[in-house]
Amino acid sequence: MRDSLGRLRGLLRKEFLQIRRDPSAIAVAFLLPAFLLLIFGFGVSLDAHDVPVGVVVDHPDALAASFTGKLANSPYFQPRSFAAMAEAEKALASHEVTAIVWLRDDFTRRALSGGEAPVGVIVNGTDANSARIVEGYVQQAWANWLQAEASERGAPPPLPVAVTQTVRFNPAVSSRDYLIPGLIAMIMTLTGALLTALVIAREWERGTMEALMVTRATIREILLAKLLPYFLLGMGGMAASVIMAATVFDVPFHGSLAVLSATSALFLLAALGMGLLISSVARNQFVAGQIAIITTFLPAFILSGFIFDIGSMPAPVRFITHVVAARYFVAILQTVFLAGDVWAVILPNALALAAMAAIFLGIARLSARKRLD
Amino acid sequence: MWHQVFALIVKELLAVLKDRKSRLVLIGPPLIQLMVFGYAATFDLDHVPIAVYDEDLSAESRDLVARFTGSPVFEPKAFLRSARDIDQLIDQRKVAMVLSVDRRFTRDLLLHRPARVQLIVDGRNSNTALLVLGYANSIITDFSLSWVKGHGGRAPPAVLEMRARYNPTLSSQWFIVPGIVAVLTQVVVLLVIGLSVAREREAGTFDQLLVTPMRQIDILLGKGLPGLLIGGIEASVIILAAILWFSVPLRGGLLPLYFGLFLFVAAVTGIGLMISSLAVTQQQALLGAFLFMVPSITLSDFATPIANMPSLIQDLTQINPMRHFLAVVRGVFLEGATVPSLAPHYWPMAAVAAASLFAAGWLFRRRVY
Repeated sequence: MRDSLGRLRGLLRKEFLQIRRDPSAIAVAFLLPAFLLLIFGFGVSLDAHDVPVGVVVDHPDALAASFTGKLANSPYFQPRSFAAMAEAEKALASHEVTAIVWLRDDFTRRALSGGEAPVGVIVNGTDANSARIVEGYVQQAWANWLQAEASERGAPPPLPVAVTQTVRFNPAVSSRDYLIPGLIAMIMTLTGALLTALVIAREWERGTMEALMVTRATIREILLAKLLPYFLLGMGGMAASVIMAATVFDVPFHGSLAVLSATSALFLLAALGMGLLISSVARNQFVAGQIAIITTFLPAFILSGFIFDIGSMPAPVRFITHVVAARYFVAILQTVFLAGDVWAVILPNALALAAMAAIFLGIARLSARKRLD
Repeated sequence: MWHQVFALIVKELLAVLKDRKSRLVLIGPPLIQLMVFGYAATFDLDHVPIAVYDEDLSAESRDLVARFTGSPVFEPKAFLRSARDIDQLIDQRKVAMVLSVDRRFTRDLLLHRPARVQLIVDGRNSNTALLVLGYANSIITDFSLSWVKGHGGRAPPAVLEMRARYNPTLSSQWFIVPGIVAVLTQVVVLLVIGLSVAREREAGTFDQLLVTPMRQIDILLGKGLPGLLIGGIEASVIILAAILWFSVPLRGGLLPLYFGLFLFVAAVTGIGLMISSLAVTQQQALLGAFLFMVPSITLSDFATPIANMPSLIQDLTQINPMRHFLAVVRGVFLEGATVPSLAPHYWPMAAVAAASLFAAGWLFRRRVY
């Protein structure tokens, strides 16, 4: 036991020395998260504002002006007038406007006689998500106009149902507040895999693995010595990300630090374990690097529920998302940041992370046996 | 001279394709990812779990609730008897929305007073929250309009007629799958190029390459063309799959698409070579590859619109080849864009390609250790 501790200390010293010699690991742990969080935090947003909308009024009059006034008052739109539909269509095709609102020349006549004058709303559907959100905003402006117009004439409300909306945990419906906790999970996935993906492959490639094998160090000690320094670096990076999220981006933090630290540790073990597994399977840095690029970022970006809702995916794809560790961490972080310690969400996800960490580290341990071939 | 370049190309291709694991990584995962991501990356909502708390329990309120339960977008998970459970269901993510109908709903309707309905949504995913609210509001608006009509009220003066150009059903798959073409092409090129110079540096064989009679331009061609080749082939496979499997309409011609693809792959190759020749170790090259890949995908219109970014970052995205290639792919696929209309996206890619390839060639010689 004492021998083992002594050997472990020696191996740890070697790893720390190696990290100090090539500081790219420290850059991965601290600079990468800070850099990515800054870029994403400012760059990634799903909140549409000042959407350029072309407005075509075939027959301008007071009623048409009251309608277009509602569009101009909305914070979501930046209306631009066009004299004719053909021009507006051209602007839509060249992405100068995202949508066109068209009041035909019989707008006022039909509105005042039978009602139901058709207002054409044409959106550029290429970006379907933005198009749908813009349609929702136009509908909101239209409903506001209907109510205002009716109350001006003292008529009963044209839309008798009054809807109050309560958005829990994120009353301003700011996408930044939900994206940033997810981003932290994304960034830690990258950090974890990047830190360890090459470390064992490097030893194999340089032949130093064989040198390690002839020592009395067991494979468990070798792996532990590889894991521990990077775990500490990773936790440091995680702390830096959380502090940045709370200070630079003002994301509310409702949970407890204890839960956050414990679940982060579990996630980091899973991420580092995956890196170690890649490293010991690939045995050369080139292939390990390729596998790391392929298996970390895109799956974590698309399959974690960070941007795309997992519930809306088809069942087979939903099933696949269960092998993406980031998925569980995204759920935990979004809840811990925005809602608090909701155990019904945290416990199952933390258990899944623990299981993944155990599996990755277990397989890495098995596949890194002391053998030459 | 050409046979020297050719020999280097053959050697580079062998280095990538000879290793069984490396070959597998290049062929298997991109195709699997195309299939999985093509279905996973969707903003379309489907069977969103909701709970209903109807305090009125009248014919009117049942009609309103039925419009929700009958919609394919929503799936009722619970009908609540008291308001107590609402918060808990949302907190634990059992449901994404609770529809709560006031107990004076029918009375207020008949008295021409605002009849109250409350929508409580989970804001932890604000995009889903916005879309859920959008769907719910349009269902409630339809209910209002038809109720007024059925009770002798006056028809609303105007109604909206929504149409979408280029993507009439607003399918996110049509938006995302062409995006995946661009993303996976970039990943594959980086896989081939990103570590290639760093590996030779670490192994010491790059110095040997430098003392051969080959000029910088020859080494550049020998190192870069394999990326162009593999990237082009892989992109073609993915484009075919997008058309044949995902049935995304290809409205434009192949010329504007492949001209864009050529410039894009050249730009990514240049950046990959630049990263690779700046790095001393493969670890650093891998870090560099990620430092380029991650921002280039997130700041590209792939999943989140550039239009929503602050203007400074919008300007910054002009140097991102991915952003321009996405505009080319989506433009050609959905909007039938032509070469002249895509010119504003071609030249930035060409500029990045020229600058990065030049820098990479320069770095080959300058960075000797």
